[in-house]
Amino acid sequence: MSGVLRSEWTKLRTTSGTAWLLLGLVVATIGIGWLATAVTTCTHSDCFLDPTQLSLTGVQLGQIVVAVLAVMLFGNEYSTGLIRLTLAATPRRWTVLAAKALVLTGPVLLAAGVAVAGSVVAGRQYQSVPFRLTPVLGTVIYLALIALFSLGLAAIVRSAAVAIGIVLGLCYAYPLLAAATGDPAWVRRLLQIGPTTAGQNIMSTVDPETLAHAPWNGLGVLALWTAGTLLTAAVLLHRRDA
Amino acid sequence: MRAEWTKLRTVPAWALALPAAAVIIVLFGLFPGMQGSCGKPGSATECKPTTGPDGVEVRDSFAFAYRTLDGDGSITVRVAALTGELTDGPGLVPWAKAGLMVKDTTEPGSSYAAVMVTGARGVRMQHDFVHDKAGRKTPLAWLRLTRAGGTIMGEESADGTQWTVVNRVQLPDLGRSVVAGLFVTSPQHAEEDSNTFGVKGARGGPSQATAEFADLAVTGAWQGTQWTKQHIGGPGNGPGQGDPAGGQPGSQELTLTGSGDIAPAVTGAAGVGTSITTTLIGTFAGLIVVVVVGVLFASGEYRRGLIRTTLAAQPRRGRVLAAKAAVAGAAGFVAGLVAGAIVVYAGREVLQSNGVFIPAVPVATELRLIAGTGAMLGLTAVLGLALGMLLRRSATAITAAVVAVILPYLLAMTVLPTAAADWALRVTPAAAFAIQQSAVEYAQVANVYTPVDGYMPLSPWAGLAVLVAWTAVALSGAYYRLVRADA
Repeated sequence: MSGVLRSEWTKLRTTSGTAWLLLGLVVATIGIGWLATAVTTCTHSDCFLDPTQLSLTGVQLGQIVVAVLAVMLFGNEYSTGLIRLTLAATPRRWTVLAAKALVLTGPVLLAAGVAVAGSVVAGRQYQSVPFRLTPVLGTVIYLALIALFSLGLAAIVRSAAVAIGIVLGLCYAYPLLAAATGDPAWVRRLLQIGPTTAGQNIMSTVDPETLAHAPWNGLGVLALWTAGTLLTAAVLLHRRDA
Repeated sequence: MRAEWTKLRTVPAWALALPAAAVIIVLFGLFPGMQGSCGKPGSATECKPTTGPDGVEVRDSFAFAYRTLDGDGSITVRVAALTGELTDGPGLVPWAKAGLMVKDTTEPGSSYAAVMVTGARGVRMQHDFVHDKAGRKTPLAWLRLTRAGGTIMGEESADGTQWTVVNRVQLPDLGRSVVAGLFVTSPQHAEEDSNTFGVKGARGGPSQATAEFADLAVTGAWQGTQWTKQHIGGPGNGPGQGDPAGGQPGSQELTLTGSGDIAPAVTGAAGVGTSITTTLIGTFAGLIVVVVVGVLFASGEYRRGLIRTTLAAQPRRGRVLAAKAAVAGAAGFVAGLVAGAIVVYAGREVLQSNGVFIPAVPVATELRLIAGTGAMLGLTAVLGLALGMLLRRSATAITAAVVAVILPYLLAMTVLPTAAADWALRVTPAAAFAIQQSAVEYAQVANVYTPVDGYMPLSPWAGLAVLVAWTAVALSGAYYRLVRADA
């Protein structure tokens, strides 16, 4: 396993895009969050302003950068045919998936930690963002789960392009449908099952009664999506020809 | 060009993806959650608003003190006071109206002309629901309405001696015998909930207004001497709504309390129903699919090295790019056109059977929605193709295209404050979503006109032009790289 890990780490480390994408994650997340906190003013005394969530607005873009990084890790092996070599070297195929997941999680957790902490610090310049562990820690985990989810999808569809299309579609479908739907019961249902809409409850620090899920339950829904995707990927990787 | 068409047609995944894009748009459009009728969920409860003289749906609800005018005549009054009541205390909404009206019958939706003072919009002369002309910006005034045949003239005065004409209008539907008199109404109070990122919504509620009229005088063929008081269009929806009250019948002074609105029906926070644009919500998913196909159509050539064969067969590289763009654009256009046509017509059926009121739109608007959806998909496919040629990396190109076209739209619809949302939908390729707007914005109707309610900042064709411009920029970049760089 350590050999597989080392080979996957080398692949990730030496791909020219990786460092840029991780840097992009940090810059995009902090930048958009800073902008959002800077331009927002609360004119009504009772406006539903959640400073923590506001300072984390950049995650909307940051998660896409994470997804690109994750789908390229698997998708590019298929587009170059490298996957055949990888699987020949490691006949126990699920270890390849596990190794990829592990080497992806480390750098993503690190960069996401910087991005989320930076967003909160940047947000404190304009809004009274409290230092709270749950949203910060939870959002870092959220980004890691998005990365693993994208990785699993790329392994299932065997193409970076199609995988990123599906990830983006899932990111957007639930909030857009919820915005267009009139029926409150359906809105709640949509927000509860969408991987991003459910997971993003973790960023919220307002009254949990108004949320679709309690923060950690919401993250649990995303974790279920991720686990299901990775499991399917493992089974398909084992069964199919590469 | 035929070679490019064959390439697109014969890759099974791509050939399947384009119809799939159409199917996805249709499925999203027929999604079961979009229901509810004037806030009431459930089927077969569709509420149909009154229809005005031009067939446009209207709201026609106000307190009226009237007499029959059998022929020509005029009526003069001084609006001495106009006060209002909101759900949470006293307050006057900007479009509270009080003044004089000549109306065909007391039936809601019948032809009318009225001169009025308003809460904060000065003196106005309005007729047949959609027409509005401003007079002086003064809160209170003397008003006079004169009827001569089918012509109604509205005048205003500061002192009751010097009169200025606000407007002269023709009401062709007016019978010889009409009802005329004093009216008061006060529309739903609506304002946007917050100026922030995060949860968006509208706040507000019903309101009512009370006007004190004085120095009432009539000349001409008026019948009877008593003013009949009635709340036209059912009881009002004001906070403490009672009957129109006050004043001695037959005297020169009269107090009237009313609630409602005399205006075209709008969709959105202060309106009823949902616009037909809602059925096109799935467009974003179709756009993602055509972006993926467009990018792969370009980057696939590089991945397989096919580009070298292509360019050897057609050394004039610009023509290769043009042919690819034409094929991708046409394929996307057809997919969008078919999906749009199905979803606009079938979606309306589904929504109506769910009890959702959908304002009627002209055929030209329907055709614009359908063709516009096709144009959006076609242009976005070309944008994806151009970015694929430019960046040559499929995942990066797809992300760039989707982030440019759809992310601003999503953010505008969910978390951005209105000012920022308007800018996002002006300058980014997402401006093209304006081509799908079907709701009509009326300056004289208080409503929350924001993107999330279906009111885009740009006009439909201007919005599409923004996407055309971005696609042209991307194509020039792709051309430059194709001609200058090695394949």
